[in-house]
Amino acid sequence: MTTQIPLVDYLVLGDKPHLVANECTSCGARFFDRRNACAGCGGRDFIKAAVQTEGEVRAFTIVSFAAPGIPVPFVAAVVDCEGTSVRANLVNVTPDPEHVTLGMKVRLATYPMGTDEAGTEAVGFGFEPLP
Amino acid sequence: MSSDDLWILGIHMTKFGKHPDKDIVDLASEAALGALEDGGVTMRQMGILAAGNLLGGNHVGQMVQKQIGQTGIPVYNVANACATGATALRVACMAVKAGETDMALAVGVEKLSGAGLLAGGSRKSESPNWTPEGRYGAVAPIDGRIGTETMPGVFAQVGMEYGHRYGGTSFELFARIAEKNHAHSTLNPMAAYQKRFTLEEIMNDVMISYPNTRPMCSANCDGAAAAVVVSGAKLATLPLEQRRRAVKIAASVLTTDPWEEGCQVIPNVNTLTRNAATQAYEAAGIGPGDLDLVELHDCFATAELVHYDNLMLCETGGAVDFFESGASWRDGGTPVNVSGGLESKGHPIAATGIANIWEIATHLRGEAGDRQIEGARVGLAHVIGLGSACGVHILERSAA
Repeated sequence: MTTQIPLVDYLVLGDKPHLVANECTSCGARFFDRRNACAGCGGRDFIKAAVQTEGEVRAFTIVSFAAPGIPVPFVAAVVDCEGTSVRANLVNVTPDPEHVTLGMKVRLATYPMGTDEAGTEAVGFGFEPLP
Repeated sequence: MSSDDLWILGIHMTKFGKHPDKDIVDLASEAALGALEDGGVTMRQMGILAAGNLLGGNHVGQMVQKQIGQTGIPVYNVANACATGATALRVACMAVKAGETDMALAVGVEKLSGAGLLAGGSRKSESPNWTPEGRYGAVAPIDGRIGTETMPGVFAQVGMEYGHRYGGTSFELFARIAEKNHAHSTLNPMAAYQKRFTLEEIMNDVMISYPNTRPMCSANCDGAAAAVVVSGAKLATLPLEQRRRAVKIAASVLTTDPWEEGCQVIPNVNTLTRNAATQAYEAAGIGPGDLDLVELHDCFATAELVHYDNLMLCETGGAVDFFESGASWRDGGTPVNVSGGLESKGHPIAATGIANIWEIATHLRGEAGDRQIEGARVGLAHVIGLGSACGVHILERSAA
């Protein structure tokens, strides 16, 4: 069986892939990066909090010009997952304004990014339209 | 004039555009010497120098001194993304306000012609083995895989988010904002571009990051701007001609983005602008309705829309209606970006936050030529640097 590794450490793979945030135990602020302290209240203690896998598109852009090596066009978006904002690409959707709309309902989706020399497969994530 | 007041005594901007034969020191020196000459003062009278440049080095202040006057004064080299120029001016204001000097010089300069797309691709190479790196433990570059780091893409989402919250936005609406600013630029000989575009030309131009096409993005160019700040007490001792052309700094405010949900996922350029504007109106003792003109940070057409609201030029949620009413055109109730804005005047990053002060000051002095807003008495200049920093300055015409 192929070993898998997530694109980022806040993507949890397995039977039910989901994102996990560092949640401040004092004020509930959520962050996806490694933390030194809470930017909201200064708290030092965090717990891992699972983020809802469904949400709605609060903002998007269709990127036609990007840094070299990045395939375009793609849809970059901010998805509101029941109060937690998540940055992601929208996947499994035609990248044009007829198919991508503000407020559209989406869900987390993972996809294989390729296998490295050691045989480990990296797995990325995006959000796809709800059927 | 109260002795506690701060004033712009002299101010200058170079023409924005392509300056292949000038380096950042040439441009910054031209702006600084121009500001000194405009104020009728010399480098010897400056107590501090605040200087900003993002892409060409980190000690531009000393490089400028070595061309125009090594007087031994303190130099503060500052960096605050697109708010760098405003930050340099703010440092000059604070030095005068603190009583460290009665005159200070601020300069911002950038060479950006042909720079292309800004930001994005922050991590260059793919590793042969998936190895977690950085604060997200990422095994591969995330720009393009987890959203976009590019400025046109980030600010496109800023405008789209406003549309999601309040409705009424469309590709065409954003394009019409760019149409306005390009139309304004035709009256500004200092602008990098003075080409009027039809709405169709704007919408059919190269798409950069929907809904921003190329003419809806700020124009990379070269330029510099500089200002001499003087205390009210010192100004009162100067001849009438200098007092008459001096412009009062009724408010000088710098803010950063306070933590809010989502602000580390996509930059929140709204709250820090609203906070800066609130503080500035209070300091100046005026309201948005008193403004005769506004230069705001239209780094992209999508950004201009949200700042109508953030600067409280309209009711909360009313930015679309405000624009649709024609208010922000130069013949409207609150002319916005009569210089052509960053989309056509250009955006040499560290110069922008002083150049927009120059634009306002020039109107308040009645020296803006064909694009003069008649009878302008009060104006506001705004910049945003992602990361984020927001500068807001309110300027008033001299009563002298």
